[in-house]
Formats: sequence, C-alpha cells, structure tokens
Amino acid sequence: MTETARADQPTTTVAVPAHARRNDVAFHRWIFGGIALAVAFAPALAYPVFLMKVMCFGLFASAFNLLLGFGGLLSFGHAAYFGAAAYVSALAAKAWGLPPELAILAGASAAALLGALFGAVAIRRQGIYFAMITLALAQMIYFVALQAKVTGGEDGIQGVPRGTLFGLIDLGNDYALYAVVALIFLAGLAAVHRIVHSPFGHVLRAIRENEPRALSLGYRVPRYRHAVFVMSATLTGLAGATKAIVFQLASLTDVHWTMSGEVVLMTLIGGMGTMFGPLVGALVVVAMEYYLASIGGWISVIEGAVFVVCVLGFREGIVGVLARKLKRPL
Amino acid sequence: MMRSGPGRLVVAIAMLFAAAGTARAEIAVKVGVLNDRSGIYSDLAGEGSVIAAHMAVEDFKAAEKGIKVDIVSADHQNKPDIGSTIARQWYDQDGVDAILDVPTSSVALAVSQVTREKNKVFIVSGAGASDITGAQCSPNTIHWTYDTYSLAKGTAGAMVKNGGKSWFFLTADYAFGHALERDAAAIVKAAGGSVVDSVNVPFPATDFSSFLLQAQGSKADVIGLANAGGDTINAIKQASEFGIGEGGQKLAGLLVFLSDVHALGLKAAQGLVLTEAFYWDLNEGTRAWSKRFAERAGGKMPTMVHAGAYAGLQHYLKAVEALKSKDPMAVLAKMKATPTDDPIFGKGSIRVDGRTLHDMYLFEVKKPDESKGPYDYYKLITTIPAAEAFRPLNEGSCPLAK
Amino acid sequence: MHTIFGIPSQLLFGQLLLGLINGAFYALLSLGLAVIFGLLNIINFSHGAFYMLGAFLAWMLLTYCGIGYWWSLVLAPLIVGALGIAVERLLIARLYRLDPLYGLLLTFGLALVLQGVFRNIYGVSGLPYGIPSALAGGRNLGFMILPNYRAWVIALSLAVSISTWLAIEKTRLGATLRAATENPALVEAFGINVPLFVTVTYGFGVALAALAGVLAAPIYSVNPNMGADLIITVFAVVVIGGLGSILGSIVTGFGLGLAEGLTKVIYPEASSTVIFAIMIVVLLVKPNGLFGKAT
Repeated sequence: MTETARADQPTTTVAVPAHARRNDVAFHRWIFGGIALAVAFAPALAYPVFLMKVMCFGLFASAFNLLLGFGGLLSFGHAAYFGAAAYVSALAAKAWGLPPELAILAGASAAALLGALFGAVAIRRQGIYFAMITLALAQMIYFVALQAKVTGGEDGIQGVPRGTLFGLIDLGNDYALYAVVALIFLAGLAAVHRIVHSPFGHVLRAIRENEPRALSLGYRVPRYRHAVFVMSATLTGLAGATKAIVFQLASLTDVHWTMSGEVVLMTLIGGMGTMFGPLVGALVVVAMEYYLASIGGWISVIEGAVFVVCVLGFREGIVGVLARKLKRPL
Repeated sequence: MMRSGPGRLVVAIAMLFAAAGTARAEIAVKVGVLNDRSGIYSDLAGEGSVIAAHMAVEDFKAAEKGIKVDIVSADHQNKPDIGSTIARQWYDQDGVDAILDVPTSSVALAVSQVTREKNKVFIVSGAGASDITGAQCSPNTIHWTYDTYSLAKGTAGAMVKNGGKSWFFLTADYAFGHALERDAAAIVKAAGGSVVDSVNVPFPATDFSSFLLQAQGSKADVIGLANAGGDTINAIKQASEFGIGEGGQKLAGLLVFLSDVHALGLKAAQGLVLTEAFYWDLNEGTRAWSKRFAERAGGKMPTMVHAGAYAGLQHYLKAVEALKSKDPMAVLAKMKATPTDDPIFGKGSIRVDGRTLHDMYLFEVKKPDESKGPYDYYKLITTIPAAEAFRPLNEGSCPLAK
Repeated sequence: MHTIFGIPSQLLFGQLLLGLINGAFYALLSLGLAVIFGLLNIINFSHGAFYMLGAFLAWMLLTYCGIGYWWSLVLAPLIVGALGIAVERLLIARLYRLDPLYGLLLTFGLALVLQGVFRNIYGVSGLPYGIPSALAGGRNLGFMILPNYRAWVIALSLAVSISTWLAIEKTRLGATLRAATENPALVEAFGINVPLFVTVTYGFGVALAALAGVLAAPIYSVNPNMGADLIITVFAVVVIGGLGSILGSIVTGFGLGLAEGLTKVIYPEASSTVIFAIMIVVLLVKPNGLFGKAT
C-alpha cells in the first residue's frame, strides 16, 4: 500500500515546493487558456445545451472541491446550495420578473446565506460527523422544496424564461446563452483558483495538514472553515442558478441527496484537491449520463461501480495521476 | 440517442441510402417514446409503450402507405429536468417529429412546454394531470388515455351513488396528490357527498398506518387514496392489515393501474373500486390485441397507458397519411377534426383543448376465488360514456377553449 | 372522551404505539450502524441496501424455493451476513489505513450498485409478500386494533436490541470487543485476532439490517428503493443518539419513532422532517449526540 503515508488525509495532495510555484502559476495560466479555447470552439462539435450542462457541473464540482480538496471537509449535502440557488433564480426570473443576470445573482446570494447558516452548524464537527450533518441539513431543504407551495412540489418550477441579458441580448438563442454560461464558468473557475492560491488558501491547507499546529500559530480555525464553507456554497449556488436558467427549470433532482453524491463522484473521478480534476470528473460523469442514457437504469449501477473502483484503487483521480506523472500540481 | 459530428454525418448518409432504397417512402416520420424505463412507472409504461408503438406502425402498414416511421426511445427517470433535456435534444438535434407517452405529470408538463416552443407534436398517454388540457394546455399537445378528473369522476361518482357519502382523503403531499384530491373532492360534493377530512401524507411514504388510523377514526364511509404507484400499493396493503375493509369502510384508489393490482396480489386488492380507460378483457378487439401484445412483452398484459400509446400513434399516422405531410399544425388540426376509431378505445374524438374523449370503465377487483389466473383481475361495473367521462370543456380554464 | 394536547387520547395512544413500531425499525437499523461504526469507524452507507436485500431474500426464498417467513427470518440475515463478511474482506478491509470518509464513499457506491441491480431486475412497483398466517389478524386494544404482526415486530426488535446491548456491555466477548474498539493494537497484543473480530462485527451489523428487512417485507412493499430513503433518516437517528453508542442508538431509535408518531397527529406534513429538526437542535446543544462520548 503506497497510500499509508497520507493515511489521515482524504485528499491527494501534490507537494508544492516553493521554487516551483511561479512556474506552476504560469503553467496553470496556459491550462486556463486551453480551457477557454476549448470552451470557445466546443459548440462547433457538440450540442450546446450538453456543453452548458458540463460547465454548470464543472463549476459545481470545482466549488465542492474547494471545500473537500482544500478545506479537508467532505460535505454530503452540497445539493442543498445547488438546488436552493436553482429554485431562487428560477423564482426570480419567473415570478418576480427579474432579468437573468439578477436572477442568477439572487440564486447565488441565497446559496451564500444558506451556506453561512448551515456552515455555522456543520463546522462544529469534522470528519464523518460533518458529512452526516451536512447530509441531514440538505435533507431539510429537500423537504422544503417538496412541500412548499412556491417550489411547485415535484413539478418544480418550469418554464423559467431565459430573458434578455442587461435588456440587450436575447438568451433564447442557445449560442448567446452559451457565451454567457461560458463567461460565468470561467469567472467561477478563476475565483476558485484565486481563493486556493491566496494567503487564505494557504492557511486552509495548513489547517487541513495539521490543525493543532495551525491553532497554535494563532489561526482561528473555525473562522477559516466557515469562510471556505460559505465560498464553496456561493460558487455552488452560482452553478445551480445558472443551470436553472439554462434548462428553464428548477426541480427536486437539484436538491436530492443523490445530487450530493454525484458531485462527490465527479470530484473523486477527476481528482480531489486538484485544480482541474473536478472539471474532468464533471465532463466524464455528465457525458456518461448523456451518451449512455439509452441503457436507462443501469447508469446508476455503473456510477456505483465507478465509485467503488475509484475508492479502492484510483483515489488520485484522473488529473491526480496526470499531475503525478507530470510532477506538477494541476 | 444523440450523436455529434462525424456520427451525425454517418447517420445522415445512412438515411439518404435508406431513402434511396425504399423509393416509395415519401414521408419519413420520427417518433420518440419518452417514458420511465427504470423507475416506478416502468411497469405501466416503460418498454411496453415502445412495443405498443411498434405494433401501431406495423398494424397501420405505414411502409405500404408511403410513410417511413422511425421509433426512438429514452428514459426520463421521472425527472422533469431529464425529460425536458431529452425532448429538447430530440427536437433540436435528432429530427424527432412527435413524442409519445411520458408518464409522470411533472415531466409531461415540461415536455409539453418544450414541444410548444419547438412547434412539434406531443401525444400524452402515461401522465394524468388534468392540467395538461386545463390551465396549462397547449395547441401541440394531445392527451389520450386518462386524466385525474376522469378517474375521479368514475370512481368517486360511482361510490357516492352506491352510498359512500362521506369521504376521508389520504393525500400524497405533493402537487399531483393535491390535484387528485381536488378533482375527486369536487366530484364527491357535486354528487351530494361530503368530505369529512383529509390528511396530507409526506411523499413518498412507506408507513401509512397512523394515517390509516386517523381515517379509520373519522368513521367516513370511504377512504380516498389520492396517491399513486408505490404509495397506493403500501396504503392498500396496510389498510387490510388494520382491518379497514372489515369495519365497513371502503377504499377508493384514485389512480390504480393493472400493474399495481398485479403487484398487490388479489388478496390485498380485492374489492377495490377503480376506473380505467382500458382493460384487456373488455371485448374481442381488446383481447386479440392484448394477446399479441403479451406475446411480445414476455407475457405481461398491456395497461391502459400501452393501449393509449398504440391508439394515439395510429391516429397521428392516419393524419399524416391523409395530409401527405407531417407539418405539425396541419397534422394536429387534422387529428382533432377526424373522429378517433380503433379496436381498443372504440369511437371517440379529440377536443380543441387536446383532450381525447372515449368511454371509461368502472371496475371492481375480483376476489381471489373469482379469478381464473394471472391478469384475470377486474369485473366491469359500468361503462361511463365518453360524453360524461371527462371534464366539460368550459371548466378546464384552457385558453384554447375560449 | 379525554383529550391530550387537544387530541383525543384514544387517537394519541394509537399513534404513539404506531410510532413505536417505526421506532423498532429505526432501532434495529441504527443499532447495526452503531456496532459497525464502533469497531470499523466507518459509516456504512450501504446499510439501507442490505435492509432491502433482506426483504428481497425473504421474497426470493418464498418465490423460488418455497421457504416461508419463519425460516427466512433466520436464513436471510445469515445470507446477508455472509455477504457482508465477503464485502468487508474484499473491499472495506483495503481502506482501514485511510481516512474513514473513504469507507463512506465505498459503501455509498456499493449501495448504488445493489439498488440499481435490483431495480433493473425487479422493477420498482414492489413485490407482494404476505403476513405469516400465525400472525394474521389483530386484537382490539380498545383504542385501536393492533395487528398481531406489528406487535411481533416491536417484541422481536426489542428483544434483539436489548440482547445485543447486553452481549456487548455485560459479556466477556463484549468486553473484548469494546477493548478492540478503543485500542486495537493492545488487544492484538493479547493474542486476539482483531481483523476477524472486525469482519464478524460487520457481518453481524448488516445481518441486523437484513433482519429488519425481513420484518418489513410483509408490511411495506418489497421494493429496491425501500432502504434508500429510510437510511437517510436512520443516519439522523444515529447522529442524534451519538455515533457509535449502542444504547444511544436503541433508545433514540424508539424515542424518535415516538416523536414522529406524535408529529403525524399534530402536524402530519412535518412528520418526515421532524427527525432532522430534532437533530439540529440536539447538535446545537450537545454536539456529540445525546449518548455520545466527548471527543
């Protein structure tokens, strides 16, 4: 077992020697450029609605990974922030008649508030307790979505107007919407990157590696944990709100605990604690669901099996393995 | 399902060759059967609806009539987001002209919206919300088999007439459950009965005992089950456990399918009164068709949803044949102008709001000793004529009806 | 007629009794989870799937082999227990030196596979399974008819829970078990085969889930999703009781069944949420759960 060395960490960290850092930042810039290019040209090859879904989930998984990979906290209830934001932005666009940019903003803000509230309860414990508490809290949001009048029960909120951006650009056109989603996606990704590489991000990693030491150095650990929780929830909300506008729908799927499980799967496949792993994981999972839709119910069996295989023998994830091969953090 | 780039090209070329090969095929129609293939409604819709669609094409002899029909299918997993995504992609990318079946009302309403936006044709068989031809009706949607109103009308109307004056509703606490209760309560009151009380049961639920106990305590004549699928099955099972039938109270299932009765077994389901649009053992026509269906479906008898998928698609093909075109608006107008007629539902018509009118039937589930074997489950109590079975046009608040 | 909280006392007693029956299932399931967590330090997410498997085995034994309820009550837990032992040896054992969260993820994946396979083979409409004839019917308690079968469910699960608790707290074997939980290396040094202990414990824990599944088969429909939704509630029960606390899991299991039963009368819409609400309150006041040890 080669894993014994990092037996106590749920993450696959790649050590970052200080002298390599400048080099790595430049390398990451290149990757960002590559992603931006890919995003720009992908609609020529694939169905734009599918690509928008990949981007929404990519952002979702990246936001989730911010908490798991860099904060060291496994939330099993991230569907709550994703779904709550989807519902709020759907409501904002449909019932309150807000333009899409404000609707998405409203969704993300709602997720931030919810994250602040739930985070305060959940971060009192770590590890398994934390996972269970986040799961149970998310379950309450699920029940609200199921039973409240405004959320439309199992119908969800349907027929959400895509609207016109800033009163100028009609988002009814798939390509116009695609451009907007691409911008949100890249901005969200840049935000994650920025957070991870900021002094705040370094403290987070220090806490994850050695909590007592961080404490003794005078860092107020709970505050850092709460802050990263809220950031993760907010970016998750950004993804959920955007998804609601793309699909013109907010539904129970978005808040169900299987959604929380799915985002864990994406992150696990792609590589926890890597910058680009969650994107790869999201692409793999969404594409799998998309291209294998004809096999219907067996998808969940395959997903489960992938889960088992990843946990048993592929804990680094696709990008994690790549990073090890390249000897560079990705 | 969906192919991109080179894949699409290959398909296009293949289709060109196919078109060249069959010179007589003047119109190519693509029909998508979209339903639950893995979840709670996969037994009452699922692969059976695909079989029914293929049978409709074969029986119609579409190829001989110059119509080439392609049937594709997908699983919407009872989720509106997945359903609307598939529908959008079918219309945008895969050249699907009409979508068929779509059980689960929330998904059907979502698909109806996409169909209207893309101006295609949507023939509902599996879903039941009366809103599909009511407040949320669409010129592009035809609702074939049944709806919550017609089921409530049949079951609740008949039970009140037979002395079940006071009702207690066990309502699944979600939009569809409330719609069922609303439609049934209106009919109970209109028929001179009363609603004593109702309890909202969290959805989905496995344990109904405490709610059944409340219903029992209410001393109402009838306990109306405003729920579906697994919830209904559990409620009926547990009702027999608490001796509810023996106490003189009757159970009314507002949405029960043949496949549910099959799952329950006659011992638990006996005496249950229910309404359906179709039963395999109604007449020569239904028996002959069902027998052919069962041969292809591994012995399973068709549900009314399968029957509706068959009849709905045939009616669509008839309109395409008559018009020699698949222009959606023209086909929809033709479908509504032509009386429906098939060996399964008999004669009927399609209203301007998209509601198909045909006879409905009130059945009672047989006792175990009355049944001659598997699928011999129902006794016909009465036939509800098409004119009375469905909600009057002016009560549905459908904008098309004005 | 007496009333309590504005509710006729008859109705209230009936509901409380029914709550106790649900509590019996919570207790059996959370007990298994607690035993497994105590020794393996993992949250067994596939517990619900094993519960489902228990119910399915009862149905399969009857349908394919003609074996009735009473034998199933013994056989199904044994089969599932054996399966659990295989799962522990082949899969979970590879994760002990890692973060316990990996155990959660592994068992989550396993649950998806098990449920998915059964869903694809048997559909989700549910399969019928009758109440054994010896327990058919019910007796009139004055305030309600208590079906004999439900009385049996309470009695059996109480008996199993209490004897498990006694076995762990009062016997030599239990003492070793508890010691192995606290300090496996030390116990190993005394010449006790700790990995074997761990394996058997996992098998026992999931066998308890399967037992609950067999008990549930005649009253709830046998259906591949039956465990998926229940398990989330049971997690909340375990968290309230205090992770790993045997007594805590039993007491809170029954207690929350009662609380839920009460909610069903007062405000039925909230009955599926009430346990989660209680959980949040408990966590705010006692972060380790009601019976949990401080960490």
